[in-house]
Amino acid sequence: MSKKAAKKGFTAGLGQLTIPLVAIAILVIFNLIRDPSFFSIEIKHNIDGNSVLAGNLITVINGASELAILAMGMTLVTAACGGQDISVGAAAAIAGSVFVKVLKSGASINAGTVILAFLLACIVAMIFGAFNGTLVAVFNIQPMIATLILYTCGRSIAYWINGGATPTVDSGIVKAIGGFIPGVPIPTPVIIVVVMAIIFKLLFHFTSLELLTQSVGINGSAARLNGINPTFIKLLSFIILGVCVSVAGCIGVGRLGLINHETLLLDVEMDTILAVAIGGNNLGGGKFKILGSIIGAYVIQTLTITLYAMNVSSTDVKAYKAIVIILLVVIGSPVVKKKFEKFMAGRASKKAASEAKGA
Amino acid sequence: MQEESLLQMRHIMKRFPGVLALNNVDFTLRKGEIHALMGENGAGKSTLIKILTGVYQMDGGEIKVEGENVTIRSPQDAQKGGISTVYQEITLCPNLTVAENMFIGRDEKLWVRNKEREKKADEILTSLGIPARARQQLGDCSLAVQQMVAIARAVDMKCKVLILDEPTSSLDDKEVNMLFDLMRDLKSKGVGIIFVTHFLEQVYAVCDRITVLRNGELVGEYLVEDLPQVQLVAKMIGKELDELSSMGEGVEKKTVNNEVFYEAKGLSSSDALSFDFSIRKGEVNGFTGLLGSGRSESVRAIFGADKVNSGEVKVNGQQVKITKPIDAMKHGIGYLAEDRKRDGIIADLSVRENIILALQVLNGVFKPISRSEQEAFADEYIKALNIKTASRETPIGSLSGGNQQKVILARWLLTHPDYLILDEPTRGIDVGTKLEIQKLVLKLAEEGVSVTFISSEVEEMLRTCSRLIVMRDRHIVGELKGADLNQAQVMKTIAGGESGHE
Amino acid sequence: MKKRFNVLLLAAILVLSFALSACSSSSSDNKSTEATKGTEATKSTEAPKPADKLIKVGVVNNPPSESGYREANVKDMEAVFSKDNGYELKTAYSLKNDEQLQAAQGFITDGVEYLLISAAETTGWDEVLKKAKEAGIKVYLFDRMIDVSEDLYEAAVVSDMAKEGDTAVQWLLDQKLDEYNVIHIQGAMGSDAQIGRTGALDKQFESGKMNKVVQQTATWDEAEAKKIVETVINSGKDFNVIYAENDGMAKGAVAALDEAGIKHGVGEKVIVMGFDCNKWALRELLAQKWNYDGQCSPFQAQIISDIIQGKKTVTDKKIINEEKGFDAKTLTQADIDTYGLGE
Repeated sequence: MSKKAAKKGFTAGLGQLTIPLVAIAILVIFNLIRDPSFFSIEIKHNIDGNSVLAGNLITVINGASELAILAMGMTLVTAACGGQDISVGAAAAIAGSVFVKVLKSGASINAGTVILAFLLACIVAMIFGAFNGTLVAVFNIQPMIATLILYTCGRSIAYWINGGATPTVDSGIVKAIGGFIPGVPIPTPVIIVVVMAIIFKLLFHFTSLELLTQSVGINGSAARLNGINPTFIKLLSFIILGVCVSVAGCIGVGRLGLINHETLLLDVEMDTILAVAIGGNNLGGGKFKILGSIIGAYVIQTLTITLYAMNVSSTDVKAYKAIVIILLVVIGSPVVKKKFEKFMAGRASKKAASEAKGA
Repeated sequence: MQEESLLQMRHIMKRFPGVLALNNVDFTLRKGEIHALMGENGAGKSTLIKILTGVYQMDGGEIKVEGENVTIRSPQDAQKGGISTVYQEITLCPNLTVAENMFIGRDEKLWVRNKEREKKADEILTSLGIPARARQQLGDCSLAVQQMVAIARAVDMKCKVLILDEPTSSLDDKEVNMLFDLMRDLKSKGVGIIFVTHFLEQVYAVCDRITVLRNGELVGEYLVEDLPQVQLVAKMIGKELDELSSMGEGVEKKTVNNEVFYEAKGLSSSDALSFDFSIRKGEVNGFTGLLGSGRSESVRAIFGADKVNSGEVKVNGQQVKITKPIDAMKHGIGYLAEDRKRDGIIADLSVRENIILALQVLNGVFKPISRSEQEAFADEYIKALNIKTASRETPIGSLSGGNQQKVILARWLLTHPDYLILDEPTRGIDVGTKLEIQKLVLKLAEEGVSVTFISSEVEEMLRTCSRLIVMRDRHIVGELKGADLNQAQVMKTIAGGESGHE
Repeated sequence: MKKRFNVLLLAAILVLSFALSACSSSSSDNKSTEATKGTEATKSTEAPKPADKLIKVGVVNNPPSESGYREANVKDMEAVFSKDNGYELKTAYSLKNDEQLQAAQGFITDGVEYLLISAAETTGWDEVLKKAKEAGIKVYLFDRMIDVSEDLYEAAVVSDMAKEGDTAVQWLLDQKLDEYNVIHIQGAMGSDAQIGRTGALDKQFESGKMNKVVQQTATWDEAEAKKIVETVINSGKDFNVIYAENDGMAKGAVAALDEAGIKHGVGEKVIVMGFDCNKWALRELLAQKWNYDGQCSPFQAQIISDIIQGKKTVTDKKIINEEKGFDAKTLTQADIDTYGLGE
């Protein structure tokens, strides 16, 4: 009985993940037809002599790391508040700037200073998250409007922190964060995504946050009458997103060893929201699946890399991306879903009827 | 008789998911009559009006205007059929002139002659005795006049049936009288008026007939002079529910312990005026009164659902502070909210999640109930309360109203409360489930749980409660016990001293 | 009541946050106004020395937060037109043309002697410049041209982006490689810098002297540049030149090379070219990891100062600022200190 129920639960979960999974499958098949070696993985020796994995598949998985991490936090905010944070890119620039600033203010860069710098970046990002969260949770401002403020001024704030256009950090440790840890062939950002995913999994396992967040997102009024503090839950979701933002920002810095407040994770907020949407999560809040958003992030990245590989000019890439994303979002919309269900139900009943006739 | 009938609605049916909103309702409006449509919230009067104005489509029945069948698919259809509505809120444009408001959206021609239009508007206004001029800005007129302009617009659109939906709720006495004069004037011109209001006195001041709905069913149509105010109240809150009256006789409900569980002095909230209240262990009491009398607001204050302003609260003799729901829950109080959809269910979540929600919140964020425990709890209560659901993982939103209510009940029962407040637990659910819930209340009381039970159906409360607190105009106006617990006494207390229509 | 309080608080927060966002420009404004205040103060205390009158200069510029280029440009202006050099400097920074126009108007009313402008847009300046001329104020344009008749300004010290591109491409041709397989990473399409830097290379692609492996815009984004190069590497196409239209994108490209273990720099397989001459980029050159860095010079202040002080005469009103291009083989630490942008 319980096994059957568990299986039912699994298939119910698959319902939400169907579209992103199908999307990624189509992209993979398309690429394999186009170029059978597209996903071949090879081992290369990088400049430091490490053996590392390389190939388009690695580029996709690696490149989507920041997006995937941001999408995890964004899913939570979306679920609790029924809206999205559009300041994640700007906030990541701030976090990255703090990270670099702390690193550069010390005499030398070692593991200790990197951890300290990361923690400080985290705290700053959480404070900005709390600022957004307060506007949303306490003052009931639409999340997109509330976060518009930080979206507008965030990169200027990052500029002051930098005190210059593009400070660079030259450190093996920072490089390892955005690249490879010596002796490990898997890109570090990918490892960080896995770690973050596990942290979220544990968070939901050892706390009832998932249930509380969903309750607040679906019916805040009822949640309040069940003793939940919706304000706190919403605020918390923004603070957790702040942590994700700082992790993404630090990876971004690590990739190139420099912080450019204007271009670090530029336009990532829209991709993040799309990842959440493609993942089958309701942008109006409520039930959510973080795994869906992560897959959504990889869908977007696969799409981008595919287009690059096809030599589509990067100015056109955005247009093509938009077309595919419109398709995905429309297919996943409740209207189409309902129509589809009706169609399937109609077919099933017709089939049943004809079978009955046959019998 | 048949000739003078203007509008006939026959056997109107309307189904919403889980609820039969209108069941075989008839309604007749005659020429030159003001007809009050009465009923408590959820009785079906707004559904009936929305069908008539084309907002909803009926599932069955027929509508005749002047003896001819009409189909109303949209508000435009209704207007073409001569049915106009004036709503509680003004739906005109305050920054346009009176004349523009009267003709806007009606001129088929692009070319509009302002002068002509204003002249015509002035004529209509004068003929109806409305104190407004065509060139005046609508926003400069008083609310009553604005309402009258809306009516003038409707009248000029050759309306035969005029629906006034709570038109008087924002008007003062003088303005109400102005409006009534206009209504009588229209009546003499042969217009049929459907008047929806919560003010009983106004019904008796201006109406000719009254149709009462309850629970989506027609209670009856009466001439005003045949139906005194007390009887109207009785019809609205339902004393004719005879099939239920046999139940409950066998159950001894007066087993009241002497220990006071909860006591409040001078409790008030943002929505409730200051009141005193106490309940004993194992007692079932009720708050009664018409809609808007403050009964829900008072129990919400007990639970801390609205912002609590003042009051001294004791639980088990200990002074405590209850300012938000979680405080109340920690002191063993549970609250089943009046509006199940808005304040009760978490629609997209499964039955299981809805059942364990309150207990989970009470346990705290860091002590999640394990999946297997959740399933065990859910199964236990699905069985105990006989909840009809495909599985425990079915979203609660797809259950029928009665089963949703049972899930919410299960949610609170799972927290093993000492005191359970049930606000309209039986509204909009079928008779069988109503019975089950009433039985459950009595069983809980026997186990020593204090229960406050609120229902629009007085019969139900009489069957379950050993004490009734009667409210009117947000004040407690009486407390009925023992021998006083009968229909007549309740009606009398609710209707108050000014029920001089008898 | 409570609602009103909330609204007030919200308003306060909004104002605060906008004030914060506006600070990037106002902080530098404050500095400059403080500087002027300072000079006024000294003027009043040292009133008996009118002969040493400072030359009043008003500068209308884009805000330093715009780019590293602008930051260097603003710093250069402030350094050259300092009190020590005999100037009283007033500055106004904005990305918006109408705000710039207002500021210029203000400077005219203030009675500056020289008005220096780097306009946000090329149009709309006629009126103001005519007023300046009537008031006897001499106008200099720097960095960017404006669409007005030549007699409304004294001189325009500008960069020639096309020349900058030509210089870089000429350097590349001088390397005399057997084959040129170029990855061309462009800046934001349509910007002056992109058009100038792309044009020179496009000519080579057309003539067939160089092969275009890929030509894509990364819109000045380092990470995007890295992705583009990664994709090329993954596709297995051969290349030996990376021509990135700014330093950041060159750095992104190099990161992709490093990850794939492809050697680059002086004497290695892949030639790396960047633009802007950030100090950190020049240091890469010095370390022989990059090959070339071109610059669109942000240093126009000295030329204008020389003209004002009569040390230089204007023959052609359009003065093309000298553009630098650095070869890793000849670059010195002194060059980095003098010409490098940033820190």
